[in-house]
Amino acid sequence: MGPVTASLEVSGLAFAYPDGHQALFGVDFTVARGERVALLGPNGAGKTTLVLHLNGILSGGTGTVTVAGLPVGKRHMAEIRRRVGIVFQDPDDQLFMPTVREDVAFGPAAAGLKGAELEPRVRAALDRVGMAGFAERPPHHLSFGQRRRVAVATVLAMEPEILVLDEPSSNLDPASRRELADILRSLDVTVLMVTHDLPYALELCPRSVILSYGTIAADGPTGDLLSDDALMRAHRLELPFGFDPRAAAAARRGM
Amino acid sequence: MHVPDGFFDAPTSAVTGAVAVGALAVSLRGARQEQGGTSRASEAERGGERTAPLAGLVAAFIFAVQMLNFPVAAGTSGHLLGGALAAILVGPFTGVLCVSVVLLMQGILFADGGLTALGVNITDMAIVTTVVAYAVFRGPLKVLPRSRRSVTAASFVAALLSVPAASVAFTLLYAVGGTTDVSIGKVATAMIGVHVLIGVGEAAITALTVGAVIAVRPDLVYGARGMRQGLKLRVNGVLVDAPSAPSAPVAGARASRRAVWATGLVTSLVLAGFVSFYASSDPDGLEKVARDQGIDARTEEHAAAGSPLADYGVEDVSDARLSGGLAGVIGVGTTVAAGSVVFWAVRRRRTSVPSRVR
Amino acid sequence: MGSGHAHRLHRHAHSPVHALPPHTKLAAAFAFVVVMVSTPRAAIWAFALSAVLLAFVAQHARVPAGFLLRRLLIEVPFVAFAVLMPFVAGGERVDVLGLPLSVNGLWGAWNVLAKGTLGVAASVLLAATTELRELLLGLQRLKLPPLLVQIASFMIRYGDVVTDEMRRMRIARESRGFEARGVRHWGVLAKSAGALFIRSYERGERVHLAMVSRGYAGSVPVIDEVTASRAEWSRAFALPLSALVVCLLGWAL
Repeated sequence: MGPVTASLEVSGLAFAYPDGHQALFGVDFTVARGERVALLGPNGAGKTTLVLHLNGILSGGTGTVTVAGLPVGKRHMAEIRRRVGIVFQDPDDQLFMPTVREDVAFGPAAAGLKGAELEPRVRAALDRVGMAGFAERPPHHLSFGQRRRVAVATVLAMEPEILVLDEPSSNLDPASRRELADILRSLDVTVLMVTHDLPYALELCPRSVILSYGTIAADGPTGDLLSDDALMRAHRLELPFGFDPRAAAAARRGM
Repeated sequence: MHVPDGFFDAPTSAVTGAVAVGALAVSLRGARQEQGGTSRASEAERGGERTAPLAGLVAAFIFAVQMLNFPVAAGTSGHLLGGALAAILVGPFTGVLCVSVVLLMQGILFADGGLTALGVNITDMAIVTTVVAYAVFRGPLKVLPRSRRSVTAASFVAALLSVPAASVAFTLLYAVGGTTDVSIGKVATAMIGVHVLIGVGEAAITALTVGAVIAVRPDLVYGARGMRQGLKLRVNGVLVDAPSAPSAPVAGARASRRAVWATGLVTSLVLAGFVSFYASSDPDGLEKVARDQGIDARTEEHAAAGSPLADYGVEDVSDARLSGGLAGVIGVGTTVAAGSVVFWAVRRRRTSVPSRVR
Repeated sequence: MGSGHAHRLHRHAHSPVHALPPHTKLAAAFAFVVVMVSTPRAAIWAFALSAVLLAFVAQHARVPAGFLLRRLLIEVPFVAFAVLMPFVAGGERVDVLGLPLSVNGLWGAWNVLAKGTLGVAASVLLAATTELRELLLGLQRLKLPPLLVQIASFMIRYGDVVTDEMRRMRIARESRGFEARGVRHWGVLAKSAGALFIRSYERGERVHLAMVSRGYAGSVPVIDEVTASRAEWSRAFALPLSALVVCLLGWAL
């Protein structure tokens, strides 16, 4: 891997489900190492389908996905799944082990880590999301926001090349939402954030791509995209009432 | 309800324990096959073993659905026992696993069902109900046209017979290893009556539930897998066969053949003299039977309040407890009938597909 | 379970019994119950003695008598059954307060009551002193097939989640004025059950995806392993062994 290798390259990706419904119609985009990119799009645009291609859970259509130079495919599946950390929308789906600590340890342990190596990895991941004090708790005793943070930790523990978040801000109260944003900003990792929470995208991701009808409809600085009213309307993206992306972007730059 | 310690003698407990272990071993293998392919995201299946999460969630579902009260009348209500439902929705092997795990957890965590009686309880409530239900379920499906309504009808019959079958097994077990000398004729007669009625309730609820699932996600109903159409992929305007479509029916056929094999084995054991494995050790059902039998003179005044369906659904039974047991003994007649259906199904299978038998 | 969370059964405390490794407790509870079942029913004093042994352990575990007795209520349906046995069973009869009762039935009732009660008490003690998570580890350590342990562990993890979904569906039904009053409403309830199944199954699929995404390939890595020293084993087995002595005395005398 040379320094120029992108974290993620998606090219010509098309896919239809077995029931005949086609969700992706040729998706192309690249995420450079260290970038934070938002993947925006209305419901049903194919966002989740695209995400499931990134670590090879879905495949069988046309096109390629490459993670840090490694093509996604059967040959490198274990390595790909270690490098692509997906945080699913419902933390209850993601936290399936009896305690937080075991859940965070699951990925690294599945990759073969044991005892002395495993423990610090788990602790570090929990520290990064501020959940170190909850290691022995069962996940269902945590608040929703805490569960979402632990879900992020389960993926961080695998030291992924790219962190993929599916609707990270959904169902969070404003404080939890901000805490998660702080955590994500503090991470030194490539992030692809799938969301229709446009202010959140603007806050966290300098760049956005819009997925609409199964193709990439736009790709550029988040502030520019959100300020383009015609583009937004064409793809059923709406800003919250009273939200001005230009002012917000300016405020953010001034920070 | 679940049999406590001391209800059956030690040899019976040990033998049923061995039967339970054997059946679980077979089911663990069988379940892997059953859970091979029902996902919409069919590609995901290649990723690994699906049995644990799916069976775990189904067990949680069975656990929860046993708390769902179905009002009967006048303040009484019933709830699902779930063995037949599990067998039809996720397949007999997974069904046996799920119900067994529920029973195991109830025994350990809630002291519901004795630890030494686990063998009896599992044999009874997990194995006999599930296996009989599935075997019976396959029968009508062979004759009826392939439609949703047929699946619902077959579910009804399957659940209807599974409950009495379990109670018959229980009665037989009791005859072999019960610790008290109650006339087996008395137990059988009363249990049969009670559990036939319980079976009717179970059948109605099971059929309605299967019908509800099949209307929305027919692909999730294990027993109806043969009904799936072949799927196509449209890739850049070109139609391609979906990769997973052909494999599913094959897996289903193989698994069902094994199911029939297992059913036949269990049934023959059952009919051979071990018959009793089951049952509905439902305390409520048992209690009812005892009451009806023992205090004949007073039975009448109980007729309304103590109707079998009342037992079936004790108000707010928070746990699954009714599950196993209630099904009481429907009666030797029913057992023989169920057994015959199974054998008929097995023989038919064998003769109709001789080349495919391994 | 209606109220039902497994963890409510657990009584958090720090006692020598709580501290024992879970698999030793599981094995000891099982051995104790086996011994109970093997004790001759005619040796009434033997059951009394075993009950005293159990009470001693309960006291040692700081499980209050009230808690234990309340938990024993789960046995009530069987008590009712046992009470009926003397009326139903055949054989020689004896008059008690004017009622002709079967001698055999009386013994049978006593047998079920004594053994059942002691069995339930032992299980309750086990559940009260052992956390869920530990129980699963203990089962794993006792060589229950890993797949079975995983299924149990998923069931426990998602039991609350599924029950909660069911509760929300009920609230949704009731909020729209639906109240199930009789058989006519079974269709609606069954649709809820069907929907619950679909949700549970689909969640199972999503959980599987989440597992696969983190490198799951068929076996859950063993992260925690419990071990027990010889001393811990002998402490755990003090109960079943003393019960065994009582049982043997029961046969001998």
